[in-house]
Amino acid sequence: MKTKLVSAAIIAAAGVTAAGSAAAQSDELVLYCSVQEEWCRAMSEAFQRETGINVLMTRRSSGETYAQIAAESEQPRGDVWWGGTGDPHLQAAQEGLTEEYQSEMLEQMQDWSVRQAETSGYRTVGIYAGGLGFGYNSDLVTENPPACWADLLDERFADDVQVANPNSSGTSYTMLATMVQLMGEDEAFDYLAQLHNNISQYTQSGSAPIRAAATGETAIGIVFMHDAVAQTVQGAPIVAVAPCEGTGYEVGSMSIIAGGPNPDAARTFYDWALTPEAQEIGAANNSFQIPSNVNSETPEAAPRLEDITLIDYDFALYGSSEERTRLLERWDADIGSLPQ
Amino acid sequence: MARSSLTSDQAGAAWLGLLALSLVAFPWYKGAGLLAGPSASALVEAMTGRGWFWPLIAITIAMGGAALTRRWQQSSLVLGLAIAGLLLFLWQGFAVGLRGPSADWVGSLFARAADGQSGLGWGGFLAGIALIGLLSDLAAARGFCRGERFAAFCITAIVALLTVFVFFPILSLGLAAFIDPDGSLALAVFWERLSASELWGIGCLIGSGRCGVVVNTVILGVLSATLATALGLALALLVSRTDFRMKRALRAISILPIITPPFVVGVAIILLFGRTGLVTGGVADLMGVRPSRWVYGLPGILIAQVLAFAPVTFLVLLSTLEAINPTLEEAARTLGAKATTTFRTVTWPLLRPGLAAAFLLAFIESLADFGNPIVLGGGYEVLSVKIFFAVVGARYDLGNAATLAMILLALTLIAFWLQMRWMGNKSYVTVTGKSDAGLAAPLPPILKVAVLAVVLPWVVFTLGVYIIIAAGGFVTDIGRWDLTPTLGHLVTAFRFEFAETGLELYGSAWDSMITTLWVAGIAAPLTTLVGILTAWLVARQDFTGRRAFEFGTMLSFAIPGTVVGVSYVAAFNVPPVDITGTAAILIICFVFRNMPVGMRAGLAALAQIDKSMEEASQTMGAGGATTLRRVVLPLIRPAVFTALVYSFVTAMTAVSAVIFLVSARHNMATAYIMGRVEAGEYALAIAYSAVLMIVMILCVVVIQLLVGTRKLGRRQELQGRGPATEPAE
Repeated sequence: MKTKLVSAAIIAAAGVTAAGSAAAQSDELVLYCSVQEEWCRAMSEAFQRETGINVLMTRRSSGETYAQIAAESEQPRGDVWWGGTGDPHLQAAQEGLTEEYQSEMLEQMQDWSVRQAETSGYRTVGIYAGGLGFGYNSDLVTENPPACWADLLDERFADDVQVANPNSSGTSYTMLATMVQLMGEDEAFDYLAQLHNNISQYTQSGSAPIRAAATGETAIGIVFMHDAVAQTVQGAPIVAVAPCEGTGYEVGSMSIIAGGPNPDAARTFYDWALTPEAQEIGAANNSFQIPSNVNSETPEAAPRLEDITLIDYDFALYGSSEERTRLLERWDADIGSLPQ
Repeated sequence: MARSSLTSDQAGAAWLGLLALSLVAFPWYKGAGLLAGPSASALVEAMTGRGWFWPLIAITIAMGGAALTRRWQQSSLVLGLAIAGLLLFLWQGFAVGLRGPSADWVGSLFARAADGQSGLGWGGFLAGIALIGLLSDLAAARGFCRGERFAAFCITAIVALLTVFVFFPILSLGLAAFIDPDGSLALAVFWERLSASELWGIGCLIGSGRCGVVVNTVILGVLSATLATALGLALALLVSRTDFRMKRALRAISILPIITPPFVVGVAIILLFGRTGLVTGGVADLMGVRPSRWVYGLPGILIAQVLAFAPVTFLVLLSTLEAINPTLEEAARTLGAKATTTFRTVTWPLLRPGLAAAFLLAFIESLADFGNPIVLGGGYEVLSVKIFFAVVGARYDLGNAATLAMILLALTLIAFWLQMRWMGNKSYVTVTGKSDAGLAAPLPPILKVAVLAVVLPWVVFTLGVYIIIAAGGFVTDIGRWDLTPTLGHLVTAFRFEFAETGLELYGSAWDSMITTLWVAGIAAPLTTLVGILTAWLVARQDFTGRRAFEFGTMLSFAIPGTVVGVSYVAAFNVPPVDITGTAAILIICFVFRNMPVGMRAGLAALAQIDKSMEEASQTMGAGGATTLRRVVLPLIRPAVFTALVYSFVTAMTAVSAVIFLVSARHNMATAYIMGRVEAGEYALAIAYSAVLMIVMILCVVVIQLLVGTRKLGRRQELQGRGPATEPAE
């Protein structure tokens, strides 16, 4: 009986340890995805079909993904970080969290995509671009629709504007950086403090505000214009607006995480994700960014950068660790602490 | 007593053998498979420069030598060696971290310490188990548990497991709050975090500005517990003190929240009361006002929490009401008191302990609640959500999360302590063996009206919420009230194809669904095993430190899930026990969180069973393990069933601890649902939740079939055979 007992104990212990060390290193890719879930899913599935490599995907906001990669830097668990605004990607590159890789596909990329790669010392690359703006619900805002950033301060939108928290969302950080470049830093924080009176909620996810506007939970959501267009295409009463004063834009990026468990699969995915076929998956899944491969077809509904008054966004400066940390700290102190 | 078999030297020798094997035959570090062979074992590592294994190896050899002598298990020397072995085992794990030695002298002694070491693997864990087994055996040989080896092993093992998986994480959490990541003591930082006005501000109470997150949490907890207790009381009165017809239906409805995955109730409330919600829209049209976002914040969280906690308070108060001896109320009526006076002067005072218990239970649940505040909170911050964003959000700050978690833990423990104190002081026992004849006094008419006025809206509201949950997943977009029926969301979640390579699962929810079922399926029996075993040890074994043992096991229940999650991150993200990102950490987390429930069920069941049957079994020569398996377990099947179902359902629906522990490889259903709610994909979240609820009900039925019910006696069987053996009534 004693032996039985001992062997039972061993088996039980073995069960727990087995579950612990069952880290099979077969054909797998751990993908951290920071675009719309729908697009993430479609990309994972297409890559899985194409290569037979099983994709384990998690979707999180770009700020959250950046924090996760930083927290895991001792033992990286992810392979590729795909999508999300460029600034946190640049910050990760600067801190050595991501790996240098010069894909052969680079020569097929648009200028802004290559510039992103060069800025980071080839630790990241642009995969799509899109302008910042906002969308309003045309059922709720029937007359005198807002056309400029300044219009959002109007009293009639009290408690009716949503934007994400710049700490968690790259979208919202892009807005913060855009305002600083557009107006000057102190004026920008003045503007944001005034806007705060109209904000009903700072969401976690960058595109949540436009989803709330689409269902009528809020009247206006400050988001990238392609996110607003996606709602319109799906039949929501949303009108996308390119603000009259001019606006910033994002270069959505992709990086290979340094020291990830499956480096070969990561490079395979990287090269594949820059092909026109892979980039055109977005449009089929309600994502209307402008793809970075010159041969990729730009979706019909996508807001063209040519039609928007764009500022000369300084990606190198606002993607740098110090500037980003400084602006976010000031946002926490000046805006985040204001009474609701 | 004749216990010759128990004093044999075999068990001790077996543990010693296992210890030796773990040092030479299995890979010590994680990452290598069990059969990777001895090339990566502690012995080989020690010979190639990792000298910190030598002391442990030397002690093992010394014990091996001692084991050749007679009666070595009674020797104090061997016990000392075994304890030293355990300490050295712990020391080798903590002396060298992932990136290098944790103390300078270790580094100067062993050059290779600079390379660091990774977490324990097969060999490491086996060595730990062997040392625990050996120690329990030596203790039993010296008279611990009256020499009962099985019990001694169980107690030692459970204490060791609780230490590693409950106390060690909490300790790590405390350290993370006080100590900087670089290792220096940071009391100033801790104090700054602790005294921050964003925690304790009371601006909202005095009408200027906003309240701190701790104040918010307490306000929410008190309001939510008060309302939930009131509603629970109304329900309990309706069921036990009136002739209300639909009692069974009422009980059924009140069970629903227990199997409802988190977040969906919050979503349903948004769909009903959000700005474009059904009810808000209707009321706004009626009153001619502009629909508002009133539900986001305190009101919304309150509604959701009251809905979720009322069943718990209901059950507590119902049992209190049923335990009040009706003769007391009858006496009051006979003496001429009116119905209202009777209720006020007799029933109500006797209800008070139940009310206190229900209130504190709901308060504790509200503190720990994560799912509702994150969906409905808007700008209203509570501790659990704040902790989550300090760990998972963009501003990763484990120290801050740890400080907040300590505050939450302190609040919870205070509530538990109050509950114990309140319940312990006065005697409210009215049901005795002497007489329980008599009928409970019916509710005074005015109270009955009041109770119905509370309960009926609740029924309507609950039905509304569940109709949305039942239907929302199967229409195009319930958020915009586009009610075209569709199976599209189900397809998104659970699509599969039969390709040439076999079954290919493409739906996005498969990964999390399969992981959840696996984890819950493994965790439930383990939880039950540990829980029932603990109950048996506490109820039936006599050993030193029994009270402390019982208290320690209950403590793991008192810790809020969010705190458990953060403490696991703090403790298990680094060697020696480096298990974050695995399925094991999820299973372990569930086992030790839910084990006290199995233990409580086991204790209650064991209290009803006389010890004499077990004593008979032991007198006839059966050991502890055999008695437990052949006599005790069959008698307490209902407790086993309760423990299994509870731990299974909780593992499927728990969220507060899980969200810290999921990874891309091992994602859980609740974490997946949370992501969908966050992204506004309400329909997908609801569809998945509906599927999850159906799966849960099916699994509960399967458990019922597997465990079966207790069959006591053979009376029916005998009666069928004939009158010859008529049972004595």
